[in-house]
Amino acid sequence: MASRTMRPSYRVLAPGLIGLLALGAWEGMVRWQGIPPYILPGPILIARTVVSDWGTLFPSLLITLAITAAAFLVSAVLGLVLAILFTQSPWIERALFPYAVILQVTPLVAIAPLIILWIKWIPLALLICAWLVAFFPVLSNTVLGLTSTDRNLVDLFRLYGATRWQALRYLRLPAALPYFLGGLRISGGLALIGAVVAEFVAGTGGAQSGLAFRILEAGYQLQIPRMFAAVFLISAAGVLIFAVLTGLSRLALGRWHESEIDAEG
Amino acid sequence: MTAGAPVVTVREVSKAYPSGTLALDRLSLDVEPGELLSLLGPSGCGKSTLLRLIAGLAEPSSGSIAWTDTAAQNRLGFVFQEPTLMPWARVEDNVRLPLMLAGMSRGESGRRVGEAIAHVGLGGFERAYPRELSGGMRMRVSLARALVTRPRVLLMDEPFASLDEITRFRLESDLAELHQRQRLTVVFVTHSVFESVYLGTRVVVLSPRPGRVIASRRIEGPAPRVEAFRTSTAYLEACRDVSALLAAAMERPRTLTLSPSGSEGISPPPSPSGGRGQG
Repeated sequence: MASRTMRPSYRVLAPGLIGLLALGAWEGMVRWQGIPPYILPGPILIARTVVSDWGTLFPSLLITLAITAAAFLVSAVLGLVLAILFTQSPWIERALFPYAVILQVTPLVAIAPLIILWIKWIPLALLICAWLVAFFPVLSNTVLGLTSTDRNLVDLFRLYGATRWQALRYLRLPAALPYFLGGLRISGGLALIGAVVAEFVAGTGGAQSGLAFRILEAGYQLQIPRMFAAVFLISAAGVLIFAVLTGLSRLALGRWHESEIDAEG
Repeated sequence: MTAGAPVVTVREVSKAYPSGTLALDRLSLDVEPGELLSLLGPSGCGKSTLLRLIAGLAEPSSGSIAWTDTAAQNRLGFVFQEPTLMPWARVEDNVRLPLMLAGMSRGESGRRVGEAIAHVGLGGFERAYPRELSGGMRMRVSLARALVTRPRVLLMDEPFASLDEITRFRLESDLAELHQRQRLTVVFVTHSVFESVYLGTRVVVLSPRPGRVIASRRIEGPAPRVEAFRTSTAYLEACRDVSALLAAAMERPRTLTLSPSGSEGISPPPSPSGGRGQG
């Protein structure tokens, strides 16, 4: 809550300052201790590598982002549809929810090799892996949103003879929107992590060369700065995804939801 | 008051919650046409439950609730304790809700929505979102939404309980006027003696849970109510009577409910401490 009462300039300044301090300390340590770049490259070298290796890194970034985006979209749509199904029929929920939980709690690294083994087309295998980690937050958040509608409003809709469809369309879905968007924000980052982990597991075995592949490759070749550059790009992509989804949520909730309203004077 | 067949007849209604707790115990009550009936009782006496049963939002465990006029049943307004607005919808869309659910187009409903909003004094706020309004204004929106269907019967569940006194007084006067002007039948649940007397043309006192009708008292006063009524002798006398009835209701042992329910008035206890038992 504290950030809501802060002045906007501080909101950017404070974390920016911390970041600069940390980067400065890192660069200083690398220089004064004479740490060789194959052990730990400094941030300036990493930045240079991002620029110089852009030709290799950027296409890889696009490949990873494509998998991430596809997994995220499937998660969003399927999470929403399943959540609606769950709340329309307790039978469906009881029958399927345990399996959704099992999918969620099984470590991806443990099942990714199997998925990659079974599914010959690697991009699809990666997509499935990324989807496995990304879809649960959407599902569980949306179910929560759909079921925690104001009871009095539900009564009101009943009183005025709303059909099941009307209650869903005009009450449950709008009420669940903030939860759904919250789920998306978590899911976006997870889709990226899922995609990268799956790429790692797939390794060099015929996979298209996503960023994880670049990290592995650079590791084998002891090109540590490039490894760091790839990691940096993954983090940057994650931050970007989060920022875009936050912006989307702000746009969608706009004037009505408390979470998107700045404290007034 | 026009004497006619009751709008709603509640006969020997009991309601038990799934937990086994008895909320209402063989309660009988007639709602007469055109009256503003205050249902007064301590917290948890089942008065909200009774209102939900009348509205058809729940079924009684035993007994019957009969509407003599199904047209009135179909034209029912309900106002909850909270404003119960859709936060994502503007004032006009919140008010439009009952008409929209009935399949009326925006064009058709536009005039009625505007009227209802004007009735509750919210003209100019049609495009606002609920969170931009004060508590009293939100309650007015809720009232407008109940009025937009031009109901014959209005059921209200402690609608003003969470408002400050100044706002509450204003809304009470407005409600009294609406009741008079639109010839509404209103059932108004409250735990405030003063509110029940100020608004009600009749006050029915309920016992602590399980709720039964302990007494019924008519309130003579100007129609519609005016602020001056709050300081009149008739008002103060009625408040004292009703307080005493409530106090008597609170003192009755819960297991001992032998007197015939629904009868007019148990004589108030002789103790002069009329102000007791408003808790």
